[in-house]
This record gives sequence, C-alpha cells and structure tokens, in this order.
Amino acid sequence: MAVTLTVNGKTQQVDADPETPLLYVLRDHLELNGAKYGCGIGQCGACTVMVDGEAVLSCVTPVLLLEGRRVTTIEGLGTRERPGPIQQAFIDEQAAQCGYCIPGMMMRAQALLQANPSADEAAIRAALEPNLCRCGTHMRIIKAVMRAGEAMRQNSRGGGAI
Amino acid sequence: MRALRIIAGLATIVVVAAAAFVAYAWRSAIDPVEPPVQANIDRALVARGADLAAIGNCNVCHTAPGGQPFAGGLGIPTPFGTIYSTNITPDPENGIGHWSEAAFIRAMREGVDREGRHLYPAFPYDHYTLVSNEDNRAIYAFLMTRKAVSARIPANELSFPFNIRMLLAGWKALYFREGPFQPDPNRSAELNRGYYLTEGLSHCGACHTPRNRLGAEKKGEYLAGAEVENWTVYPINANSPAPVPWNADSLAIYLRHGWHEQHGASRGSMAPVTANLGSVPEEDVKAIAAYVADVMGTPNQERISRGEAALAAARKESETPLAVRTAANGNGVGEAIFVSACQGCHDGRRPVPFGGLNLHLSSAVNAANAQNIINVTLFGLPAARGEPSAIMPAYRGVLNADQLVALLDYMRKRFSDKPAWTDTRERVVATMNGQREVPIYRMDGTTQAPPETSMRTAPWP
Amino acid sequence: MTRSDVKNPTRRGVLAAGGSLVVSFAMLSQAFSQEGEVQGTAPPAQPKPKLPGSLSGDPFLDAWIRIDAGGEISVFTGKAELGQGVKTALIQIAAEELEVDPASIRLITADTDRTPDEGYTAGSQSIQNSGTAIRHAAAQVREILLAQAAARWQVPADQLRAENGRVIRADGQALDYGSLVSAEILHVEAAPQSRLKPRDRFRIMGKPMPRVDIPAKVTGTPIYVQDMRLPGMVHARVVRPPRPGATLMDVDTATVERMPGIVTIVRNGSFLAVVAEREFQAIRAMRVLASSARWSEGARLPSPDSLIQSLKTMPSEQGVVAEKKGGGAPGSRTFQATFTRPYQIHGSIGPSCAVAHLENGTTTVWSHTQGAYPDRAAISEMLGIPPEQVRVIHVEGSGCYGHNGADDAAADAALIAQAVPGRPVRLQWMREQEHAWEPYGPAMLTEVRASLDQTGKIVEWNYDLWSNTHTTRPGPAGSLIAARSLPTPFEAPPAKLSITPSGNGDRNAVPLYAIPNMRVIWHFLPEMPLRVSALRALGAYANVFAIESAMDELALMADADPVEFRLRHLEDPRARAVIESAAEGFGWSRDPLPEGRGRGFAFARYKNLAAYLAMALELTVERESGRTRITRVTAAIDSGEVVNPDGIRNQTEGGIIQSASWTLYEAVTFEETGITSIDWASYPIMRFGAVPDKIDVRIMDRPGQPFLGTGEAAQGPTPAAIANAIRNATGKRLYDIPFRAEKVKAAIGV
Repeated sequence: MAVTLTVNGKTQQVDADPETPLLYVLRDHLELNGAKYGCGIGQCGACTVMVDGEAVLSCVTPVLLLEGRRVTTIEGLGTRERPGPIQQAFIDEQAAQCGYCIPGMMMRAQALLQANPSADEAAIRAALEPNLCRCGTHMRIIKAVMRAGEAMRQNSRGGGAI
Repeated sequence: MRALRIIAGLATIVVVAAAAFVAYAWRSAIDPVEPPVQANIDRALVARGADLAAIGNCNVCHTAPGGQPFAGGLGIPTPFGTIYSTNITPDPENGIGHWSEAAFIRAMREGVDREGRHLYPAFPYDHYTLVSNEDNRAIYAFLMTRKAVSARIPANELSFPFNIRMLLAGWKALYFREGPFQPDPNRSAELNRGYYLTEGLSHCGACHTPRNRLGAEKKGEYLAGAEVENWTVYPINANSPAPVPWNADSLAIYLRHGWHEQHGASRGSMAPVTANLGSVPEEDVKAIAAYVADVMGTPNQERISRGEAALAAARKESETPLAVRTAANGNGVGEAIFVSACQGCHDGRRPVPFGGLNLHLSSAVNAANAQNIINVTLFGLPAARGEPSAIMPAYRGVLNADQLVALLDYMRKRFSDKPAWTDTRERVVATMNGQREVPIYRMDGTTQAPPETSMRTAPWP
Repeated sequence: MTRSDVKNPTRRGVLAAGGSLVVSFAMLSQAFSQEGEVQGTAPPAQPKPKLPGSLSGDPFLDAWIRIDAGGEISVFTGKAELGQGVKTALIQIAAEELEVDPASIRLITADTDRTPDEGYTAGSQSIQNSGTAIRHAAAQVREILLAQAAARWQVPADQLRAENGRVIRADGQALDYGSLVSAEILHVEAAPQSRLKPRDRFRIMGKPMPRVDIPAKVTGTPIYVQDMRLPGMVHARVVRPPRPGATLMDVDTATVERMPGIVTIVRNGSFLAVVAEREFQAIRAMRVLASSARWSEGARLPSPDSLIQSLKTMPSEQGVVAEKKGGGAPGSRTFQATFTRPYQIHGSIGPSCAVAHLENGTTTVWSHTQGAYPDRAAISEMLGIPPEQVRVIHVEGSGCYGHNGADDAAADAALIAQAVPGRPVRLQWMREQEHAWEPYGPAMLTEVRASLDQTGKIVEWNYDLWSNTHTTRPGPAGSLIAARSLPTPFEAPPAKLSITPSGNGDRNAVPLYAIPNMRVIWHFLPEMPLRVSALRALGAYANVFAIESAMDELALMADADPVEFRLRHLEDPRARAVIESAAEGFGWSRDPLPEGRGRGFAFARYKNLAAYLAMALELTVERESGRTRITRVTAAIDSGEVVNPDGIRNQTEGGIIQSASWTLYEAVTFEETGITSIDWASYPIMRFGAVPDKIDVRIMDRPGQPFLGTGEAAQGPTPAAIANAIRNATGKRLYDIPFRAEKVKAAIGV
C-alpha cells in the first residue's frame, strides 16, 4: 500500500500500511531521526512533530490521516550548518543533556511560537506540559524557547521569514 | 381624561405592585462582624466542615484556574451572561471575613448575601437550602479557618434585565422552596442520608437535571441528564446510558475512586467531583450511591441482558489473541482510524484506570450524543499533576471534521445497539471551531488524593 | 574503521575481521570496577608506581592519545557519553594540555576493540578517572613532542613552546605535531608525574565550552543507537513474561509467521522475540505473539502492603559502616525517626535499544551500556563464546541515570542476532517493558537516633539502614534477563555485602559532621523481591535524606538556625564554603514566610569523598490539596578543579529537578501478579507545570585541586531540602518518599 505524504516540504510516496503510525514512517521509511519513540501511547511527547502547524504526537497518528497534510520534523527547521531560530536557541542555551526529548520539545515550541509569537514563560510552560524530560533540562528548555521567540519576533520585524 | 385616569390608575397599580414586590424582595443586611479568631474554632468542627465542603464541591466553583483555593473568580457561563464565583475565604475586604455564622447560614438557606442582596442560583442554594444548621456551622468553621486571600473578583457580565438582583425574588417565588431537609420516615436511614447529601450539599441535580429557560431545574425530569459547559451530563435515573447497569456498589467505587472497571474513568466536570469524594467519609459516599441507585431503580431483564452482552463482548475482545491485521482490507476510514489510533489503548487488555475502557462498556458511546467523545478525542485527558492518572492524547491537531465524524459513526455502530447519532457533524464542527467552548479538566481524582483546587485547565496542545 | 587507524596500524596485532579492522591493543585490560558499585569485586591491583587516574589501569600513553602523521589527534576514553557532557569535558582537558584546538580532537569513547577498559561510566567518576588520565597523558605527550622537536633542532626544550598543534621555536620556526610523531614514540608507559599546565595559562579548561554533541541533537542527526541504520538491518521486539521467573509454556508462532515482513521468530527457552523487516511490523507481530503466549506462574511478587516497612524483618547481614566512641557528655535530648524511600525507576525517555550483528563468528553489539567491557564479558558468557568474539561499542542512547535496561537490551539483541547471521538486528524495548523490567533503585528504610548535649551539639549518632545491594550490573551473564531466560538459565550471582569507602547502599550513610560517638550499620538484605541495581547516587539518596532531615530536627531542638547548626558541626573548610555560599546566594534567613511557604536547607559531600553540594530552596504547599511546588533553588557545588562550568551547572540543575521528581511523585507500584507502574500514567514524573521558577547554581572553583565529579552530587540533598522546607511551611515532618499531595495533605490535616 502506498501513502502520499508531504514531509518537510517534500511530497513522496511511502510504501507503508496506512494504519502505521507516522513515527515509524518517518524513522523507518523516510530515515528521519528527529521524532523519537518514547512511549507509543501519547504520554511523553518525544515523538512530537508538526502537522499543518499544530503539534501532533506522531506515535499515535496513523499515516492514513495525513494525505494532503504538511508534516514538519526538526529536520525541516534547519541543519547543523544553518540551524533554524529554535535550533540556534537550544544551542545557545545549551538546552540538552541526553537530548532524546529535545526534538519533541522543539517541535511543540515551534508550533506554539508560530501560533503565538509573543508567548510568555507561563504560556511556554503550559504548552510544554505534555512533553517529558528525564534529565531535568527544563529550566534551559524554557529559556531556549523564550530566546527563540525573541529571535523569531526580531526576524519577523526585520521582514525575515520564520 | 378617562384615559388619563386609567393610565394613572395603572401607574398606581404598577407602583404599588412594584413597592409590594420590593417589600417582598427586600432583605436586610446582617451586621458585619470581625472575622473569628481561627485558633478559637473547634478543630473537630473544622474537620467535619472539610468533609462537608468537599461533598458540596465548594472548591470547584470558588477557585479560578491558577488562583488560590476558595478565592473565587471563576467565570461561570450561563444563558444570561457570565457570573463570577465569589471569594469565600475569610478575607474581610474581598471574602466573607465579615460574615457572621448567621449570615452564612442565611446565604445557604435563602440565597441572600450578608448585605441582603439576592444571589444568583448559579450558587445552588436551591439545593443548599436543605443543609442542616449544624452542617452549615461546620462548613462555616471550615471556611473561616482557610487562608484569607485578598483577591478581588470581576463583576458579573449579565445582560438587562438579568443584572437586576431584585428580580431574583421573583425567580425564587417561582422555583425556590426553602428547606431544611425533612427525612422521609418510609425510607431507610441510609437512603435518607443519601437523599440529604445528593439533593442538598452535593447538588447533583444542578448538573444532572435539565433546566428550563429561566435556569430552574425541571422537576419533571429529575436527574434526566443535561448538557453543561458543552459536556454531556448523563441521565442518572432509569435512563442511564451505562451498558452495564449501575448499582450502589459500583457507584460507590466510582464516586470514591474516580473510576470503575465496568464504567471507565471520571473526567470532564465530573473529575473534580470524584476527586472531592475521595477524601470524605466512606459512609457518605455509600449513602449517595445508594440513593442514586435507588433513583435509577432495579434494572429490568432487558437492561440486565444488555449489560451481560456488553461485558461478554468486552471480555471476548480482551481474551482473544489479537487478530492479525494485514494491510487495510477495504474497511471504512472510521474503522481504520479506530484500529490504528484508538484500539491500542481501548482494546481492553489493560484495565482502567490507566488503560482505556473497552468501549462496549462505555456510557459515552451509548449516550444521546457524541459530545463527550468529541471532547476527549479533540482535547485529550491531560495528566493529573504528580499523581497517577489516566492520560489520553489530544487529536485536535490531526483529525479533520470528516475523519472525526467517520470515527464517531463507526464507534457508535460497533459498540452500541442504539440508533446512529444525528447531530454529530454539527457538534464536531462547532467544537472544532470553538463555537462550543469546552473546559478541560485534569485527570486528578483517580486516586484518593484530595482534590485539585482548580481542575479547569487549558487543553493540552 | 577510520582513516587514522588505518594509517597508523602500529606494531600491535591487526586482525582483519569481515572487512573491518579490529585493532587489539596491548592493554592491561583490567576490568576494574567503580568503587563500591560492584559487590565482592576486589579493588584493582595497583601497578607500580601509582599513576594518576585510570592511567594506573592502562599506563601506555598511546592507549589514550594517538597522533598520526597528518597531525590528526585521537583521544581514547573508556567512558561513555550518557548525556552528562563528558565528551566535551574530556576534549577540553585534552586540548588544554596538548595545546591544540578542541575542534581538532577526535574523541573515541568506550569500544572494547579500541579504547581502554575503564569499567563503568558511573559514580560521577569520569572526569576523576578518565579526565585525570587524559590530562596527564596529554601533558606527557606534549612534553614528548617538545623533546622530539628539541632533538631535531638541537636546542634546549625549554626554549620551545607548544601552540595550536605545533612546536614553535624562539625564532618563529615551527614543526607540526604530525611531523614529530613516529610510530613508537607514544607507545611508552606514563610517568607518575606530569608537567601540567598552570592554571593561569588555561585557554579552554575552566571556561564554558559549548557541548560538542548538542548541534547534532537539535538537528536530527543520527547519533543515538536508536537512530542506527545499517545495511540489511532488521527490527526485533521481545515478548516478556507477565512477571520474572515465568517460563514459556506455549505460543502460537504460525499465525505470526504469516504476518507481513516477518523474518523469524526466536524462541529459546523462555526467551521469545520476533524479527521483521520493518519496525512497526515487528511491533505488531510482538503484540500478536504476546497475546497467544502462555506462561507458567513464575515467582509471585511480595504483597505490596507494607513491603517497605517489612524490609526490617527480612533476613539480613550486618555490616559496620562506621563506629566511633569519642566520649563526651551523655545526650540530653534525642531525636529518633524512621525514613523510607520506595523502589524508583531510571525512567529513560527513550526505552533501551541495541543493534547487534553476527558476522564471521563475531558478534558486534552497539549499546548505550555504561560498561562496554563488563557487558562484553556477560554477553560472551551467555553466548558461550570467547570474549574476543564479542565487540561492544558504546553509542549514545537516552539518558540512563544508572543501570537501566541498556545491558539487557544489548543481550537481547546479541541473542536475536545469532538467529539471523549476517543481518544487523535493531532491538528496542517498548515503554511498558522499560518500566516493568529495568532494574529499580532499591527501596530503603533507615533509622536515625541522635542526641544533643547541653550546648546544642550532637554527641551521639546511631544510624541503621536496611537495603539490598545497589549493584547487580553485568560482568556475570546471570545479571542479564536474556541469559536468565535460556533453556539452561544462568543464575543471578548472589549479592554480597561489602563495605567500601565510597559506599553502595551505605553510600553517604556516615554524616560528615563532627560527632564524637557514632555507629552506622548496614543491614544488608540479600533477597531482592524486586530486581534492583544502580540508580544515580545509590544509597546516598535515601541516606542524605535521612541525615539532613534529622539535622534540621536537631537544629530545631537546639533552637538553632539550620545553616548555623550545620556549620557548628563542620570543620572541613570546603564543606563550610558551599554551605555559606548557598545560604548567601539564596538569602537565607529565619524570618517567617507568608503562610504556605517554606525554606529548606541540605548539604552533603557526595560519597564523603567527592563533590560538596549545599542547597537552599523555597517551596509552597497548597494547604487545601497538599500539593507542593518548589519555587526557587540555590545550590553551591565544589567539584574540585572546574573543567566546564556550564556542564557542572547543567548537570546540577538536572540533578535537582530529577531528584525533586523522585521525591515528590515517584514510586514503583506492583501487585503479587506483577508490576503495575508500567507507563507515565501509572508512574508520574515531574512535568513543566511543577518545575521551579528559578534554579541558581554557584560553582566554587578550586584551581589545582583534583577533579571530584559532579553528576550525582545533588541527588541526596534535594529530598532533604524539600522535606525541610515542607516542615518549615507546615510544621509537619515527612518521613516517607514520595511526598505526593495526598500524603502532604494527610500530614497537615484540615
């Protein structure tokens, strides 16, 4: 069975059962690493990606729901050479220990900041509530998201795209 | 001239009637007192008051999201506008610190505040009027020993004429019957106690009994189910949609622990209620359960058979090794979504409270409409704070209206023998676009922990 | 195999194995253990003379540092990156002493074919052991290169300087390191003394350096073992029994074999797994397989009711941890209490994972294990093959915080790989498997009885603790779930009581305070009703909780400020300094706070021989619900000479939040029929809403002092500071972790 998916701007056919959760299609078929398996039942947020700008748990989202939708993973936010604002902010704040939860955090933060560029600390904490971190990097994650918000606001003031 | 006389006469009648109404509606103020010295209040009385306040769910309405317990400020939407709950901490300026015990008892009994103003029945004095003076004194002692919070609450946002409090006297004349509760000698002591708590402090009917256009409970449709804040409140009379009929035992377990293996987890606006009941004396919960079971009545043979069939279907699914699924085998999209997104948790292999309920046992699937499933599917069940609780992911970022309607239709067809819902699409669309605004409650209450003081929260993104 | 290894084969044996080169080193390969972490293992025999850090186990400089003719520098460590930032710190150390740009260093971490054997990456000892070794090796390599250049130029070495990968002469002429090395010059044993760079010339150490691993982690670069994709790789899942000891009676494999993508089903005794081409195919097949598997009853778990209280009555062996009779006046006032902590999980966000590949008789296992060498020993014993036929390579995984499922997953993968020779097998545990099968941090019960004299000083301290061992790490095959599931099961080796300086269950059981009379006993419990092993800080978590809670009660009894009371009993100036710094930074005072708010203080020197950490925190207790929220924390830490201050800060912030989560929320739950806390719904941990507003970490720099390690220093003080702050806020002392809202509410009443 083939499913047509648009991931990070690229539309492609994937030979997967339509019931397969997006997570496994991203990792196993498309060889993208950002979305991580954490719990498989939507409790931890490690698999968070964006679908049409909304944070979505890819481990409980069958790909059959995604025909015609735009999926974004952290690979779509930037590269090591040219990190996107949120990636740069996480680097600047050194906001990772083991880093396993971080891509999910970044995707949820990205969705928040796209919807609400002036999100304050309380809004950031509330938005990140579904995502778990075990290393205890929370303080830095919050700071990084605030920094990313600032960078995005500056970019948009300067007319740059987010 | 004659016309003038008639007009004058009519005017006189109106004035006299108005004066009479004012005289009727007038309530005097009760003099302010200095807040009682907390240390002087009998601790045993306070402890009893704590249980009674929990049974009365005072904290649920009188605490705003992110606010301090009992400091009020929660906006309660009504068809007439938004009413903000009051600060009932002993703060003298903003709370009820200047209220004497008599003033408090009058408010509970008559729906009149210390200064003599009529209270809106969003404060359920039509139920609280049944509460005994002795219990009111305990609740007063409890509230007066809370932390005083100087939080000012916003003014109500009510349209004319509903913003005229005096008119509430008319409402009361029509719908309000003052208590206190009189036991029925033909009932057992437990049922009398259950009636007193259910109808009085617990004010179950405030949500579970439908209301008329003036916001009064319809006495003829007692506990017949309603819709509150865009959550469907199930009938808890003979029309309960629960596939397995409730009984006093299962109700007691559910009310105390927030879940029952044959009924699932308490959520939505019921979550704080069961959370509160987790900490109160067990006899009281049992009494409420016994009374509600009595209202529901003994199930007839047909209901019993349906329940057994539902249990058997659920058991079969949990015991049969998982069917091998190959690539999508031509089923509708509803089934495909259910199998791939829902069944993982709802396949009955992990029991509630932490596993999903097998939907053969679900009241929601058998209810009059799909609203509650729409709500939990779109917004999920956010985890309790630091306590074990059910968690359900939110699907609002990914399901579109067509997909959700297909899923709901499939669930209704597969798990219920009732006819298809007819208003599903309207509900789905209105909920997705925010026209139906749904308050989301955390899942606190699946343990016996004392309640979340404000379980209203933003849905998980 | 990488370029530099191929270019620089050296005289040591080069084995061609299936297209890849395996370089076997002339290493002493001493499987020395982390102090105190492995019961019954003799301490390493000391080679003579005593060399710094892990050089004592592996004295050849080129086991640690190699430079090829092109000037490329490889630094080898037997330690592993666990998310603690050790790679960055080790690169800083090496670059500092070698006088090179950190970016020019390639760090090779734990790999049984390539790196020294440094036992486990545990106990906050990576910088202490490996960092010390690398620092001295790097300094000695630098001196060798200077000497080479001096010989070549015929000038005294002291007229030369090393800079940016070159040796430079007074007249500006320079020689690249690459041109100075020849095959053998670094294959020499280290000297006991090194010319370490003086601190005032540091360019890299002691300054924050961005972590080298973070850019990859935020861009989806495949760096975790979970991300590995080898050509021809297949995906596996295991099916576990409902509880330990249950044996597989029957399973319907035929149905599963017909499912799409199935490669094979592995049934070996009670070990059951399925292999498929695609990951989700394996998961689906696992579920079907699990639903048809029938198991014997196995060992029932104990009744959960009062298990922790009953630790005291279980068979035990007594170990005297400390005993001191110093006389003095008899105590006039006594504080006595019992403290407990439940079983708790490591709870890695990414379930354990491994990739294994059997090729030409050698099984290569990529694992996020903390001990590549011990894991190799265990896996080879399980497979019944010589250790040389197993290679374990560390690849990063999700943070582990101790002995989690990593080694078991590695063994699972290795065993499954035997069934599909030639094809790499990627195995990941499911969430419920991680929660139910990882070895837990052991439940503990402790009793304190301490007395004050008339002057308000502690004269007598009695402390008893009941605990299992905190280490059942591999080494022996019997420590692996897979090996215990075979038709002839390997037995878990019996745990042995051993009292060591750095401690195990008794870690930090001895207060650092000056107390004349002291008796500390470990009631060692050999029986393990639930599987347990090392969880970050081992016994220090529960012991410091008890000691520092008792200190606050004694301070109250003496009507003393808790900070002053601690200082009253401390002579060590570094201990005093962290306490004073934390108190000052926090703005400590005894002034009453508004209702519902409280302050707490706690201190410990980790293992009584490593990092010093003191913390003050403030929290709010919501009286109506009992819900606690930490609002701000100030910690002061002294971990010796600072390598990367931001790394210390990151680790300490993380340690505080993790330990706060353990303390406020966490307990493994079970019934006689099995573990019931099997996901984040049944085992809640801290979420963002409960994270403090602010955490300040103050770092005491100790130039020239030995590295002391950082990773676990906050775990013990945190629960005590929380309990002390709750006591301050409510007047109630909590003794039993976790402090969930229900428990706090019950303590404070209405």
